[in-house]
Amino acid sequence: MSSAPLLDVRKICKQFPGVRALDGVDLQVQAGEVHALLGENGAGKSTLLKILSGALRADQGEVVLQGATLDAQDTPRERQRLGLITIYQEFNLLPFMSISENLFLGREPRRYGLIDWKAMHEKSRTLLLSLGLNVDPRREVRHLSVAHQQMVEIGRAVAQQAKLIIMDEPTAALSGREVEILHSVIRDLKARGVSFIYVTHRLDEVKQVCDSFRVLRDGRLVASGEVSTVEIRDLIRLMVGRDVEFPRLARRAPPGTPVLEVKGISRSLDAAHRHAMALEDLSIEVKAGEIVGFAGLVGAGRTELARIIFGADHCDRGVIYLSGKNVSPLRSPRDAIRAGVALVPEDRKQQGCFLEQSISQNMTLPSLGRLARWRIFVNEAEERLLIHKYQTALRIKMPNSTSAIGTLSGGNQQKVLLARCMALQPKLLIVDEPTRGIDIGAKAEVHQLLSDMAQSGIALIVISSEMPEVLALSDRIVVFREGRISGTLEAAEATEQTLMQLMAISAAADAPRAVTA
Amino acid sequence: MNAAEPAALRRFDTIGWLRRYGTSLFLVLLIVFFAAENSRFLSMRNISNILTEVSIYGIIAVGMTFVILTAGVDLAVGSLLAFAGMAGAYVMKAIGADYSLSWLVALSTATAVGALVGYLQGKAVTVFSIPPFIVTLGGLTVWRGATLILNDGSPIAGFDASYRWWGTGSIIGVPVPVVFFGVIALVGYVAQRYTRYGRYVYAVGGNPEAARLNGLDVAAIITSVYLIVGALAGLAGFLLSARLGAAEAVGGVGYELRVIASVVIGGASLAGGRGGIGGTVIGALLIGVLTNGLVIMHVSSYWQQVVIGLIIVAAVAFDSYAKSRRP
Repeated sequence: MSSAPLLDVRKICKQFPGVRALDGVDLQVQAGEVHALLGENGAGKSTLLKILSGALRADQGEVVLQGATLDAQDTPRERQRLGLITIYQEFNLLPFMSISENLFLGREPRRYGLIDWKAMHEKSRTLLLSLGLNVDPRREVRHLSVAHQQMVEIGRAVAQQAKLIIMDEPTAALSGREVEILHSVIRDLKARGVSFIYVTHRLDEVKQVCDSFRVLRDGRLVASGEVSTVEIRDLIRLMVGRDVEFPRLARRAPPGTPVLEVKGISRSLDAAHRHAMALEDLSIEVKAGEIVGFAGLVGAGRTELARIIFGADHCDRGVIYLSGKNVSPLRSPRDAIRAGVALVPEDRKQQGCFLEQSISQNMTLPSLGRLARWRIFVNEAEERLLIHKYQTALRIKMPNSTSAIGTLSGGNQQKVLLARCMALQPKLLIVDEPTRGIDIGAKAEVHQLLSDMAQSGIALIVISSEMPEVLALSDRIVVFREGRISGTLEAAEATEQTLMQLMAISAAADAPRAVTA
Repeated sequence: MNAAEPAALRRFDTIGWLRRYGTSLFLVLLIVFFAAENSRFLSMRNISNILTEVSIYGIIAVGMTFVILTAGVDLAVGSLLAFAGMAGAYVMKAIGADYSLSWLVALSTATAVGALVGYLQGKAVTVFSIPPFIVTLGGLTVWRGATLILNDGSPIAGFDASYRWWGTGSIIGVPVPVVFFGVIALVGYVAQRYTRYGRYVYAVGGNPEAARLNGLDVAAIITSVYLIVGALAGLAGFLLSARLGAAEAVGGVGYELRVIASVVIGGASLAGGRGGIGGTVIGALLIGVLTNGLVIMHVSSYWQQVVIGLIIVAAVAFDSYAKSRRP
């Protein structure tokens, strides 16, 4: 560490309402180094990346690139010009334009003031070949695979003379072979003096491609060092040790008869969902009064399976039984709701709420069939009773039921969505990310509600990226990795370490194998 | 809880009030202004004229409100009005017009043709995922052309008194088309405000993905709104032919813009999920009063178009300004 680092981040602090996202974080990256940035969801990685890329401003601290302190007011565009380039999970490509146009967007080679197409395609071809990609640069980007689109992103970074490329979970949507290709490109660029910050949840990749690492937890730096001197299990320990634990909720009576049985659900990749993971032979069972937790990284198959069980997506093979009856194929959420399944979706704003519409509309929409007179008119008196019942039971804080749901806090919005599902009196309730983006007090309340619902005999599936949440809520935990179930654990024997091992280490890696149930 | 805060202590929100009632206030001001300018404006005869004129496109605007609530649009209603009206008169004549209840043949044919065409357009939107703008832009020319083909471009005239009554008669002093408009607006209002269907339409417009995940049949709901607006355009086509005494191939040219303008001035969002029949009725009246008032003041029809266009833009501009101000 004798030479001056390429990037030197000093004492970055960032406060969000109610949360200290970053608390005095340092970060150094040498020229030609791949630096792994590790941490659980909510540890502050994304905030740090956004501050580096110029999408967010730090409250305190400074960013020094090659000895020059960067202006905190820089826009993402200005940071790109300085050679600090971020590649997000959702690519920033224009799907209907050619590879060349994407590579040289805003910097097209010109001749007599007009775009010199011939030169642009030639330069693009050379650039792509240097990345080991032999495709026609005139092709539209939307026809490329995810891996090739990522190469175009990297190519664009190279074309912009990138000094430091920040990659946020670059392998989340790649297959094993594609990951190898990506890694070899990273090694090539490294040899040319380009540095990387590599954010990943897959710890075996840290060993494969990274030189140094840094672990964040709850907005603080907890460890850093050379990858060669550290074992994967140490990294796991560093990531998960934490100050705030959710209390493990009191165990309930032993669960009853099976409500949901899923057998052999498989789905191959199709062109329409290129970011989706192929699913292979997924089988689970959920009993009445039981909470089954789905753990796994984003895209590992947990939400995908839940959406198939809810009829929102289709599968190629597999059978679904509800209370012993074969209900597959479920063609739509409508079918699933009729069969007794309810879902609180992953993305509250995009998939859950009608933000501009009233709380009552949001809470009773799927139940209107039962609240109607002569199947046509909404029985508003009965509707008010129902709203009042759940407002009291779930302690929803709201001015009145006619205000727009968008005016409520995240926690109260989530409670309204839970109430919506409870009003359907489902046999099986699936809750995807039950407490994403809500404050700690509301989290505890939602946990208690879910536990109470299981107590009342409903079968529950809880999907969460937060391991403490899965551990606190579940009776049994199903772990997903790369479209397969990598293990099933009884809650009593599960720890964050065992979960992390099942989630984050691919079977091929020579890391210590996970303890399985 | 905010509800505990006494209403009297809250500062009066002028912009919010104007956003809600501004259009009605403007309508009242216009009426006062035109009445002051010309005493003929508030004569029974003129009021009846305005209302009858408004009713023809107002009936369609009721249906268009549902379409726009789902974030769609129907540009074909003017042409469909002519086509359905022509088809009604044509079928009636083909059967032979010299029998009682001949009007019933025309009325039901026009409405059924409108509903069928609306259904087909709705299916094109939902089954083939073609944007409604494109489907109905096609419809705009297809149905106008079909109207011309149907009777070689000439009007069908020579209706009996019972037919004409639907356009020119009155029920206890109220012109028949106005009664229709009133009843249809009321039914539309009740459907929107008090029925499951109304809730579903708002849900589909507000967030189609969330609507699907709540078990709604989004495609069926979208198809239904085009069916409704089509049926109402057909009905309006019958009423217009009865009023004019002829089904004309050029009937209802440009109505689509007047209809959409009524809905938008009435506060609906083209992005869907926001708006209502009450606002649409005010919007339709505003356009009717303005057009009639400008005629009475001898403002040239060229300038009328300029004024109406500016008012549409101003209404929406104010709405987005008021919206952006909200905390």
